[in-house]
Amino acid sequence: MKIIVCMKQVPNTTEIKIDPVTNTLKRDGVPSIINPDDKAALEVALTLKEQTDATVAVVSMGPPQAEIALREALAMGADEAWLITDRAFAGSDTLATSTIIAAAVDKLGYDLIIAGRQAIDGDTAQVGPQIAEHLGIPQITYVAGVKYDAASGAFEVNRRFEDRYQLLEVKGKVLFTMLSDAVKPRYMSVNGIVAQEGKEVGKITFADITVDPADIGLKGSPTKVKSTATKQFDDNREILELDPVAAAKTIVDALDAKHLI
Amino acid sequence: MSKNIFVFCEQRDGKLQNVAFELIGAARTLEEVAGGRVCAILCGNKIAAKAKQLVEYGADDVYVVDDERLDKYITEPYAQAVCHIARKYEPNVILFGATSIGRDLAPRLSARLKTGLTADCTKLETDEDGNLFMTRPAFGGNLFATIVCPDHRPQMSTVRPGVMKKPDADKKRKGEIIEERVDFDETKFAVKVKSEVKQTATVDKIEDAKILVSCGRGMGKPELLKQAAVVAKKLKGTVSASRAVVDEGLIEQPRQVGQTGKTVRPQAYLAFGISGAVQHLAGMEESEFIVAVNKDKNASIFKVAHLGIVSDGAATLAELEKALDARK
Repeated sequence: MKIIVCMKQVPNTTEIKIDPVTNTLKRDGVPSIINPDDKAALEVALTLKEQTDATVAVVSMGPPQAEIALREALAMGADEAWLITDRAFAGSDTLATSTIIAAAVDKLGYDLIIAGRQAIDGDTAQVGPQIAEHLGIPQITYVAGVKYDAASGAFEVNRRFEDRYQLLEVKGKVLFTMLSDAVKPRYMSVNGIVAQEGKEVGKITFADITVDPADIGLKGSPTKVKSTATKQFDDNREILELDPVAAAKTIVDALDAKHLI
Repeated sequence: MSKNIFVFCEQRDGKLQNVAFELIGAARTLEEVAGGRVCAILCGNKIAAKAKQLVEYGADDVYVVDDERLDKYITEPYAQAVCHIARKYEPNVILFGATSIGRDLAPRLSARLKTGLTADCTKLETDEDGNLFMTRPAFGGNLFATIVCPDHRPQMSTVRPGVMKKPDADKKRKGEIIEERVDFDETKFAVKVKSEVKQTATVDKIEDAKILVSCGRGMGKPELLKQAAVVAKKLKGTVSASRAVVDEGLIEQPRQVGQTGKTVRPQAYLAFGISGAVQHLAGMEESEFIVAVNKDKNASIFKVAHLGIVSDGAATLAELEKALDARK
């Protein structure tokens, strides 16, 4: 079984701050990490590798520095790593991105694709299902657990909803998107760190894949960012400094005036 | 291409979800500017009787696909049903709830229909020509981006539950109910449901509460949370919390308000000891009346509070309990 794990290098958004003077994002010095849901996807793939004869290839679309994330994946135990990178890919929205990744994955060959549910910088959760649609294979998203039965070749998948979970069965080529809280990703091993140094991170560029140039990059993206803004506040709000007794009375009076109590 | 605005109306176990009504309300607001009809898409098994309810909440037309193959939500049968309607009626817009169902179905469809999709929108606007302006948070709520989809139709978007206001039902409202028959391609149905386990709600749904007593890091002690629950009960509300309190394991995750938790818009949101990280504000700033109590007069929560009080959260909560008892 050949497993492909799709991963994204993301800024650690919990460390992003707004510059109070310019009102823009301060991204300098914010560390990049493997997107947490994607790391869970890698963990599931590595677990399947231990249980079966699977091989694990990791792919990431991004700028050259995304190689750092791919090297971390190799050090965790992935067999191959591929960086999907080309200037022609810049400006791609989720649909164009999924078109490129689907073409790259198709070229590499696969039996199973595992991605993260969503990336913490965009939070869209769209690229996984879009890749599955381009490849014409089924998808199971919001996955909290995967069991493989080698005898039947079927996966039993725990699919989580807000109010329930389902156990689903699927055979054949399929794409899963993983939830980060479902598994605890392993750390890079010392042997893994040493071994990855001897491995190549392959590159997949526009010339290597079969895609219509009209379907990728900025011009292949149906959605465009019209404007961005940081949160704006109204500065004229009244703030009272009160002792707890007066504070409680003020709250009760306000709720009373609104007929809420 | 029509000017019509379609809403995928989510149901679970035959019960229409609140987000379906919220989106019909949002579609009506868009229709006021851009014109067209508000059309509901209702998929399920033995579901046709629910169509009337969607008319009462504001749908002009309800397209119903009632089929036993749509009994439980699975991506492919639902994608085929909605795709059939999208291709036949050529909507200008399709809205989905940003739930674990909508966020599974909408991207699959966007790739099938080769059109754009904007995730997790918190604001929708339109011009008179029906071009949609979809605003969504990015970078963990630190930034808001307005997205357009100028050259592709339908324009698709998932919208966070609880963000749009649920309209009032009008029992006398009239609308068309159209039953659709879909020729399903069952050879594509690879995923089977073996079993389903419903997780009975062990906590009240904070998104349905009229009053929330919400606790932040400054209230991060078990006894203070217990007291907050008591005060909430006296106010006929319930207790919610910021991420910090949830991460410390002091309260259940379903009670978390914010970017990675729930979006709430109660009639009153009482924030005790919450500093107001942008991720938290994203989940509660639409509340009708926000009271914030915090020791730090520079806390960000005061930027969204209608009544801001600089005071000790725990002590104020204790006094609030006494004051409520004294009223009886």
